[in-house]
Amino acid sequence: MSLAALDITPNYYLVVGALMFTIGAVGLLLRRNVLVMFMCVELMLNAVNLTFVSFANQLNDIRGQVIVFFVLAVAAAEVAVGLGIIVAIFRRRRGATADDLDLLKDPSVDEVAQ
Amino acid sequence: MTVEAVVFFVAAALALGGAAGVVLARNPVHCALLLVVTLVAVAIFFLLQEAQLVAVVQIIVYAGAIVVLFLFVIMLLGVDREESLRDPIPYQRPAAVALGAILLGEIFVLAGRTWATGAPSVRGSVRGRVDGQDLGNVQRVARVLFTDFLWAFELTAVLLVIAVVGAVVLARRSGQRAQLDEHEQAIEEQITAAELSEAAEAEEEPVTP
Repeated sequence: MSLAALDITPNYYLVVGALMFTIGAVGLLLRRNVLVMFMCVELMLNAVNLTFVSFANQLNDIRGQVIVFFVLAVAAAEVAVGLGIIVAIFRRRRGATADDLDLLKDPSVDEVAQ
Repeated sequence: MTVEAVVFFVAAALALGGAAGVVLARNPVHCALLLVVTLVAVAIFFLLQEAQLVAVVQIIVYAGAIVVLFLFVIMLLGVDREESLRDPIPYQRPAAVALGAILLGEIFVLAGRTWATGAPSVRGSVRGRVDGQDLGNVQRVARVLFTDFLWAFELTAVLLVIAVVGAVVLARRSGQRAQLDEHEQAIEEQITAAELSEAAEAEEEPVTP
């Protein structure tokens, strides 16, 4: 296929969506700052939104776009509650990382490891 | 290349570059700003795929509200410090990258087999005439949203109310807790005042023989 005749098929969008979802998932595993982990969840939600819109276009069905609406509403609700939880945690302890939230961890495990 | 292809590849580079930046940037403020780049690029993808309403809502709700909320919390809590590169769990990074590679492979394997299929919607299509009328994107979305998805739409309203109430309950200090904090603060003030007066006395002492 020559570059001049390059046609953008719906699969191109799906590949970008898959890559974005993976980057978000890797970020969620990689980062320890709770706020950045939240942003990675937003990335994954956006990747899924992109996939929904691509399928809506491909199958000529508007319902894919309607679902994106609901995803947006759920994302907004999730961010409001999640950031409320983060603010509440910050009031108690000064750590910004997920590693600081080890209240349920058995203290003897650390002793054994050391 | 066609215009669509050029726009697509520029937007794809922005989306994936921004996403990688969110993961790699060490300062949370930079992460939030790179997230905006990705969100705008995704809005461009929506525009390319005849989803004008969703594209505008994406900009307003995500870039306008959600990212601003993130930046608010970052500023409020003062966590705009750079994250340390120290790794408390050894092998966490290679394991995360390996799991990501497995996930990506899994998506492509699953996607290569079957696509979601089914009967196209009777009520709403993205292109073409509906009931002999030529409708805009907003009208098409509204027709389906307020008929087929009306129950889900109403539930969304309930969900948002619950989220708002939950956020307020989580973020405010309970009455007892606030009283305790005030009490502690008062005691601390008394202690510092006592220390100050002691220090003042200590300074005065050498003067009087």
